[in-house]
Amino acid sequence: MRLKNGIAKYIKSTPLQRRIMRRKALDRFFAFEGLLVMGIALLVLFALVGQLAADGAGRLSWQFLTSFPSRFPAQAGILTAWIGTLLVMLLTALTAIPLGIGAAIYLEEYAAKSWLTDVIEINIANLAGVPSIVYGLMTLGLLVYELHLGQSFLTAGLTLGMLILPMVIIATREAIRAVPPAVREAAYALGATKWQTVRDHVLPYSMGGILTGMILALSRAVGETAPLITVGALSFIAFLPHPPWQGEFPFVSFEWLFDPFTVMPIQMFNWVSRPQEEFHVNAAAAGLILLAMSLAMNAVAIVIRARFRKRIHW
Amino acid sequence: MDTMEAHITRMPVEKKAVVRSLSTRLVPRFKEKAIELLLQAAAFTSVAITLGIVGVLAYESFHFFQQVSVVDFLTDRQWTPLFADAHYGILSLVSGTLVTTAVALLVAIPMGSLIAIYLSEYASRSVREFVKPVLELLSAVPTVVYGYFALLFVTPALQRIWPDLPGFNMLSAGLVIGFMIVPYVSSVSEDAMRAVPVYLREGAFALGATRMQTALRVVFPSALSGITAAYVLGVSRAIGETMVVAIAAGMQPTLTLNPLEPAATMTAYIVQVSLGDLPHGSVGYQTIFATGLMLLLITLLFNIAGHALKKRYRQVY
Repeated sequence: MRLKNGIAKYIKSTPLQRRIMRRKALDRFFAFEGLLVMGIALLVLFALVGQLAADGAGRLSWQFLTSFPSRFPAQAGILTAWIGTLLVMLLTALTAIPLGIGAAIYLEEYAAKSWLTDVIEINIANLAGVPSIVYGLMTLGLLVYELHLGQSFLTAGLTLGMLILPMVIIATREAIRAVPPAVREAAYALGATKWQTVRDHVLPYSMGGILTGMILALSRAVGETAPLITVGALSFIAFLPHPPWQGEFPFVSFEWLFDPFTVMPIQMFNWVSRPQEEFHVNAAAAGLILLAMSLAMNAVAIVIRARFRKRIHW
Repeated sequence: MDTMEAHITRMPVEKKAVVRSLSTRLVPRFKEKAIELLLQAAAFTSVAITLGIVGVLAYESFHFFQQVSVVDFLTDRQWTPLFADAHYGILSLVSGTLVTTAVALLVAIPMGSLIAIYLSEYASRSVREFVKPVLELLSAVPTVVYGYFALLFVTPALQRIWPDLPGFNMLSAGLVIGFMIVPYVSSVSEDAMRAVPVYLREGAFALGATRMQTALRVVFPSALSGITAAYVLGVSRAIGETMVVAIAAGMQPTLTLNPLEPAATMTAYIVQVSLGDLPHGSVGYQTIFATGLMLLLITLLFNIAGHALKKRYRQVY
């Protein structure tokens, strides 16, 4: 009925009206197309999650989480992989967060405009575009073979820490830049030093943005595989790293830093690249856990961002 | 004792102030300086990382090129460094990278641009606030999971259309990389388009343009500088992507431009060698650094080209 009306209207109209109608129809079609493409992108995301869940959900069990890898797919588990991921993430955070926040504070609050500052800025922008596998090659040549840190947790943590450093710096700088200068001027007016101003005023106000950036950067590191393969991750480790404590003084042990490592994505890659179907099921289950980890981190970041945005009104 | 106190109390007011300021100000001032130096050192680590990357790649490649001539490296049509009859023609690996990147861009650039236009020019605020974070999840999925998806979902699906498509092929890897980088392209382009001042749009509307005409002929060209940056970001991600191609595109270096064939990319080759056990210092070990150097140079080339384009299209409002 509507279509019929439309056609009737079209026949009765003048050429100018026809052109306008055609353009409006084109406009609506274009909007529909945008919506369609967006739908396709979201559909791919759902297909990916759905496929992974369909293949792997049945394999998730306590046994899967607490078993070592094995030649027999039904007995294999991800114990060493998830412990490895936790330890590597800890080292990554310890490397990237202090360095990244420090560098960002320097560039935003301290650095004078000079060619040296320009070099640092351009360098950070370029580092963010370097393929991740290149970081792996660098630490392989430098940390593994020159500094003899071995193919260890320490090397892995440092590699990923360097990889996400530019992300941390960029996010922190944005957060710091959002703090209005009036806040700093008020602090200076009361006699605060530069560092007091940064520590007591700038950092607390920008904490929301900084936290969001940290979590997003770490969520990127959780899924990162390629640089760790070049560094020399093992995909079959049937023993746990040394515990971080010991019986005698000083009770803390750092031996685990030099143990061989594996992480979740490496374990999954190993299972995917095997020809047997049963291992693909294991890969899907490991992938589900990995996906849950990184999506959960992203969700937390989104929540924190929304929270802080609501609380602060300049 | 008495005389001392008497002396202090009799001291002129200004002198007392100086004495106090020495103790209360000198220590904090030293602390301030130390903190600044510490922060400066943190900022310089990023430069050190770059120097490390360039240094290691140059050093190992230098040793590589002492044994393999640069001409062979760039013109030989075969890449078989681990065979008895060793050939070192990087082109076989570069072709794989170019094909997967091209397929990925054919997906990501139209999709990313359309999504960006829709979100910036058509969508209501609430739709945008919902869709943006969900789309960004596409780039939050670990790449190894995308590899699984390409090998065990996309390839079987494509095989229904082309039954003779091999199990490893560059098409499915490229398609999946394309979807992965859609959010990079769309979110940076959208930011660029929303930075275009409203009065330009209003001018177009006042002249009777529809929203589509305004978007395509006014907003898009004005934002082209920022949109170029988005494309360059997408290109660098696609070139450097490793796990998807290592899992789904195959490990056999082949000089081909046909996306339906399996072929190794530069990144996949590095992974393949790293998984094996090559002795440190051998030519085989050095090939991955030469490949890495090539990868870095190609990425850099695209970034420089992007920067030049960005400058060319920059508009001042």
